[in-house]
Amino acid sequence: MKKVFSRPKSLKNNPFHYCPGCGHSILHRIIGEVIDEMGLQEIAIGVPPAGCAVLAYNYFDIDMGEAPHGRGAAVATGLKRALPNRLVFTYQGDGDIAAIGTAETIHAANRGENITAIFVNNAVYGMTGGQMAPTTLPGQKTTTSPGGRTEVAHGHPMNLSEMLALASGSVYIVRTAVSSTSNILKTKKAVAKAFQVQLSGMGFSLVEVLSPCGTNWKMIPTEACHWIEESMVKCYPLGVIKDITGGRKSAD
Amino acid sequence: MRGNHVIGEAAIRAGCHFYAGYPITPQNELTEYMAARLSEVKDGVFIQAESELAAINMVMGASMAGTRAMTSSSGPGISLKQESISFLSAMELPAVIVNISRGGPGLGNIAPSQSDYFQATRGGGHGDYRNIVLAPNSVQELADLTMRAFDLADKYRTPVLILGDGMLGQMMEPVEFLDPKKPGKPVSKEWTLTGANGRPSRIIRSLLLDPTVEEEHNWKLVRKYERIIHKETLVEDFLLGDSTMAVIAFGTAARITKGAILRAREQNIKVGMIRPITLWPFPSKAIQEISKIIKHFLVFELNTGQMIDDVRLSLEGRGEVHFYGRPGGIIPTPLEVSRVIASQYYQKRLG
Repeated sequence: MKKVFSRPKSLKNNPFHYCPGCGHSILHRIIGEVIDEMGLQEIAIGVPPAGCAVLAYNYFDIDMGEAPHGRGAAVATGLKRALPNRLVFTYQGDGDIAAIGTAETIHAANRGENITAIFVNNAVYGMTGGQMAPTTLPGQKTTTSPGGRTEVAHGHPMNLSEMLALASGSVYIVRTAVSSTSNILKTKKAVAKAFQVQLSGMGFSLVEVLSPCGTNWKMIPTEACHWIEESMVKCYPLGVIKDITGGRKSAD
Repeated sequence: MRGNHVIGEAAIRAGCHFYAGYPITPQNELTEYMAARLSEVKDGVFIQAESELAAINMVMGASMAGTRAMTSSSGPGISLKQESISFLSAMELPAVIVNISRGGPGLGNIAPSQSDYFQATRGGGHGDYRNIVLAPNSVQELADLTMRAFDLADKYRTPVLILGDGMLGQMMEPVEFLDPKKPGKPVSKEWTLTGANGRPSRIIRSLLLDPTVEEEHNWKLVRKYERIIHKETLVEDFLLGDSTMAVIAFGTAARITKGAILRAREQNIKVGMIRPITLWPFPSKAIQEISKIIKHFLVFELNTGQMIDDVRLSLEGRGEVHFYGRPGGIIPTPLEVSRVIASQYYQKRLG
C-alpha cells in the first residue's frame, strides 16, 4: 500500500508531551514539513523559549539552542550573525515574546535581523498554569485575573505583531491560526514564506499563530478552536499585517 | 595604549570575532575600539545592543555557533548580564565578559572601585556555579589575561570574567602583545550548533527537569571547577622572603600596594604582598603555605571588605587578618597605604 502520510524527517520519533488539543503539536508538524519540503534540515537552527515549547528540542530533529526567557531574538541574532548562511528561527510564546522579551524582539525587528520568529499566541502563560498574558483578552478569566481581565486594572491586550510592523527592518509579518484545516494550511504557507524571506536575506519575518490552550482555557479542543475563531480573532485579526517583499527582492 | 583599547586589541588577536555591548562608562573605549576594529576583521561582527541583557544573549548565540565572543560593561550593566552568565555556565558555553567596574551600589559613580568582587567570584546569577575571574593590575596584564581568558573559556567551556576597574581601563601604559602561541588552539567544538549537516542534530539546553539529571550536571560542573582550581590558579608573590607581614590585594589595589611596600621597606619594615591574579579560583593554597611563615595579614581593597572573606576562609584561623578599604571610587596613594602598613606593623611589634 502506498504511504501517504508520515512523520516529517525533521521531527524526531518522540511522542509529543503537549496536552490533547494543544496547538504546539500541530505547529511543530507544520514547521517540520516546511523544513523538509524546503530542504532546510541541515541548515536550520531553532531557538526554543521558556514555556511549554522549551521541549521543542525533543521533537525537532535539527540543531536547537535554548534561550533564557524572552531572549530568543538576541540569541538568534548572535547565531545568525555568526552563521549568516543558516536558517535561524525562534519559537516563542506570548509571554516570552510580548512581555519579558519585548525589547529584544522590537530591536531585532528594527535592526532588520535576518531571522524568523514563530510567535505562538494562546492568550495565557501555559506552562506556569494559566496566568494572565499580555495577549489575554478583555474579560478573559485567568489565574491572575480571576474576575476577568479589565483594561483599567490589567491594561489592554498587546498587539505585538502590529507594533512590529511599524519597525523599518521588518519585512513580512502575518497572523494565522491553527484552529481549522484551512487555517492550518495557511499557517504552513506563512511559515514557508517567512523562511523564504530569510533565505533571500530580506530581513525580519514573523508568523504569529493563534493557538488553542484547552487546558488553561478550561475548554475541550473543539470549544477552544471555536473560541479562537469567535473571540480571539476579534482582537487579533488574521491575515498579512506587513509584506514588503514585493518592494524588495521577491520572496515567493 | 589605553587599557580599554588594549583589551580590545588582545581580544582580536586572540581570535575574537564577535562583540556585542552597550554604552556605559568607564568602559566605552573598549566598545568603540571593537566597533572600529571588528569591521577590519573578516567575518567580524560588532553589534551595539539595545541593552546589556541583549548583548550577552547575542554573545550566547555566537558562542553556540562556535565563535569566540566577548561582551563588556561596568557594574550596573554586569548586574543585567547575570541571568545569562548563569545560563552560559549551565550550558557550558565559552564567553569572555569584561567588567571595568566603578563605584556602587546603584548607579554609584564612574570612579575606580573593586566593589564587584562578590558578584564576580560568587557566580553572580542564580544557581550553583562559578566563573573564572581574572584580575589584571597593569595594562600589560590586561593584554595577557584577555588572551588567556579566551583560551580558558574554550578549554573549559565556561564563561571567563575579567575584573578590571576604571583606573585600569583608562590608564595608558606601554604594552607588548604576545603572539598567541597557537591562534585559536584547536579546541574541539563538536558541540556547536552549525546545522545538522552530515551529523546528528544537537541540542544546547539548561533545562534538566529530572532532579537526578540536574544533580549529575551540578556534580559534573563541580568536577570541572576542581580541575580549574587545580590547574589555573594564579598568584604573584612580592618581596615575601624576609617578611613578617603580608598585604593581600588584587588589581589596582595591588598596584598601589607595591608602591606602599617599597616605601615601607625604606623604613626597614619587612612587608611583602600576595596578589591573587585569579580571584576565582582563589589562591587559598598559596596563602595557606605562606601562613606557615607569616602570621600577620593586611587585606587592602577598594571596597568595604569582600576578598577578606576568602582570605579568612583560606587561613582557617592560622593568621591574624586586618583590613583597610577605601570604597566609593577613592584611590588612596601609596603613601597612605604605607602609613597603614607601618601602623599595623608597629602595633603588632613585628619589627
